[in-house]
Amino acid sequence: MIIDDLDAIAEAERSSAKKTVIRCCMAAGCMSSHSEAVKTSLEKIVRDSGLSERIEVRGVGCMRLCCQGPLVGVDPDGIIYEKVTPEDAPAVIIATQGGEANVKRGDPTHPFYTKQLSIVLANSGLIDPERIESYIAVDGYRALHAVLREMTPNDVVESAIKSGLRGRGGAGYSTGLKWATVAKTPAAQKYVVCNADEGDPGAFMDRSVLESDPHSVLEGMAIAAYAVGANQGYIYVRAEYPLAIKRLQIAIKQARQTGLLGSGIFESPFSFTVDIRIGAGAYVCGEETALMASIEGRRGTPRPRPPFPAESGLWGCPTLINNVETFANIPVIIRKGAEWFASIGTGLSKGTKVFALAGKIENTGLIEVPMGTPLRQIVEEMGGGAPGGVKIKAVQTGGPSGGCIPASELDTPVDYESLTRLGSIMGSGGMIVMDESTRMPEIARFFMEFCMDESCGKCIPCRTGTVQMHRLLDKIVRREATPEDLAKLEELCDMVARTSLCGLGQNAPNPILSTLRFFRNEYLELLQAQPDGKPAPAGANAT
Amino acid sequence: MAAKTLIIDGKQVSAQDDATILDAATDAGIKIPTLCHLGGVYDVGACRLCLVEVAGAKKLFSACTTRVAEGMEVHTDTERLRKYRRMTLELLFAERNHVCSVCVSNGKCELQTLAWQNGMEHVGYDYSFPRWGVDATHHLFGLDHNRCVLCQRCVRVCWHIEGAGTKNVAGRGARSAIIDDLKQPWGDSETCTSCGKCVLACPTGALFNKGSTVGEMSRDLNKLEYIVNARLKKQWIALE
Ligand SMILES: Cc1cc2nc3c(=O)[nH]c(=O)nc-3n(C[C@H](O)[C@H](O)[C@H](O)COP(=O)(O)O)c2cc1C
Ligand code: SF4
Ligand code: FES
Repeated sequence: MIIDDLDAIAEAERSSAKKTVIRCCMAAGCMSSHSEAVKTSLEKIVRDSGLSERIEVRGVGCMRLCCQGPLVGVDPDGIIYEKVTPEDAPAVIIATQGGEANVKRGDPTHPFYTKQLSIVLANSGLIDPERIESYIAVDGYRALHAVLREMTPNDVVESAIKSGLRGRGGAGYSTGLKWATVAKTPAAQKYVVCNADEGDPGAFMDRSVLESDPHSVLEGMAIAAYAVGANQGYIYVRAEYPLAIKRLQIAIKQARQTGLLGSGIFESPFSFTVDIRIGAGAYVCGEETALMASIEGRRGTPRPRPPFPAESGLWGCPTLINNVETFANIPVIIRKGAEWFASIGTGLSKGTKVFALAGKIENTGLIEVPMGTPLRQIVEEMGGGAPGGVKIKAVQTGGPSGGCIPASELDTPVDYESLTRLGSIMGSGGMIVMDESTRMPEIARFFMEFCMDESCGKCIPCRTGTVQMHRLLDKIVRREATPEDLAKLEELCDMVARTSLCGLGQNAPNPILSTLRFFRNEYLELLQAQPDGKPAPAGANAT
Repeated sequence: MAAKTLIIDGKQVSAQDDATILDAATDAGIKIPTLCHLGGVYDVGACRLCLVEVAGAKKLFSACTTRVAEGMEVHTDTERLRKYRRMTLELLFAERNHVCSVCVSNGKCELQTLAWQNGMEHVGYDYSFPRWGVDATHHLFGLDHNRCVLCQRCVRVCWHIEGAGTKNVAGRGARSAIIDDLKQPWGDSETCTSCGKCVLACPTGALFNKGSTVGEMSRDLNKLEYIVNARLKKQWIALE
């Protein structure tokens, strides 16, 4: 494979393009509402009516507005159909030849679409994730070529640093610096690992990327491998994502057959292979040291760091571990330049972030916005607010490790620092909107139950502390707790956060702490009178 | 090997290059509470009792797994650490069924000792009273899950000193438990060599010699260290 071959594939793909392309969402969200039957029936009608020369029916990845699925897009007409059924297929096809289809139309001019900035999701919903040609036609693997033929590994690391990209898996550590550490650690064998465990309840960003554009992740991994000096990669995906696994398998196979993975890629000395490892669905296996133990075939429990994976990871070798979305940013950064990327976003948070918008919100789905976008724009303008015009009470980010941001803080720009300042975290991108009917102590109890169930059980503070915190929260919700219990809960929050071994335990108290910070009254109102008969100090509000 | 100097609780200490904070402190006669640490096997940093403060760092570090660094200033006995240790112990006592008065290890139990050494006077949390069983299928030893603190010392000696690989942990969170082979009755294990090292390693009364009654279990941890030193350092004489 040389660049001319890549050009030839792209050219063939582009020149065989038909006049009309009907894009049918084949990501998990729409498939759960039977988009596959819609696609089959569209294909049948195109065939039966002899339109195969003029119309292509293409299975694509996520088209964002998952709650209105199955979604079907028609190009170049720029139409989006929503809640399409197989019976709608004839009308959709007839409309391509002129006229109107009596099918629910989406509004592509709605802020939900127009306020998005797609970098990671640029190809999602447009290309066919099961055909490598479709990716190559949109400049796929050009970044890898540029890197292998025109840049030194050090140039690539420098680019990553200059771009300001930070890890999208939760902690937000500088991707470039992490690469530099692995690159500088001398070793004969190094590894690159893609973290696709995505265990946060309500999060589906990484799944969508893998289902919609798996090659962008593979290309990002290959570029990273060249930069740090690795020749073997692993993608750790949870078993609950069968479609993502299938698409990855197809992508790896096609990339290998095309010569874009394997040995001597683009006739350079660089070799890189990728294998999939399937996780059994433990939240803690998303933690990097637990994930690596799991890849090695051991029990997935975290170990103390240092040593960090960059020095000693898989089988003791230096290992680079990044999140799916982090890798998916890489090819674009190489193609368009680090400066371009760094011009998007805010001071210390560059680029975009993908969020899975869920909860009490009109438009549930996937959005990608520049860092620094005000939360209000996301939930009110793009998300359309809570259904029925009910008031939004809070927005939860960061899942079980994050916190609730009250409606009064909706003007906060979404970047790493601002969210941390409010006691929440960027996390991996779950965003759950809560309306006035939500009771905060119950939310805290829900997340604590999650942490309690998902604690690996290795260290005492997390294993036993989450049980006691859950018990105290339950007591509060059942109106059986005293002010003393609340004090005990707060003491445990501090202790578990400071003493736990890994991020799961260290962040488990966050949902309690953030709801106590902004909604303390809700807790106080549930408390029983103190043992000495004094009433609970209900009026006392912390903020 | 180069030495490093550091300050532990105000005391100048020198330690070997690859020593942990725990090693350095122990050499200097400073006692840091430990539970999951066991001389002779690698450390896992699980119990969190040995957490110490390092000047300039916000995080706490487990002394058993953190290497010394030149000029490091360590505090092992601050108000905050004492409180966390007490809470950790209280949480542990509330987790399973630790009833000293009927325990084979009463008076010789590391958990019991830690509790009084660290001023744990009462348990401020509701007891869980879980229903855990006893595995008495082995002809020499028994395993009482009610008294297990999940320190994994038995697992580590089984794998890394005896090399049998019988013991393991299954389940997660509060449902974690020590198992034999693929969660079989201990007596049916085909890998267990009946060496008894796990029983020696247990800090509480969870693993015991059959036939022992209240307060009768005593263990000689030096035996384990002796084996390890003999193997690794070719040191065949037990050090006092
Ligand atoms: C309990 C726990 C769960 C985690 N789950 C994930 C996950 O599902 N996906 C992920 O990318 N990172 C997860 N992380 C973060 C990883 O440990 C690691 O920081 C990340 O994969 C690094 O990639 P990045 O630098 O690209 O963000 C988790 C961390 C903890 C403590
Ligand atoms: S904090 Fe929780 S999940 Fe992490 S090592 Fe400890 S018990 Fe396991
Ligand atoms: S002795 Fe260090 S964590 Fe248990």
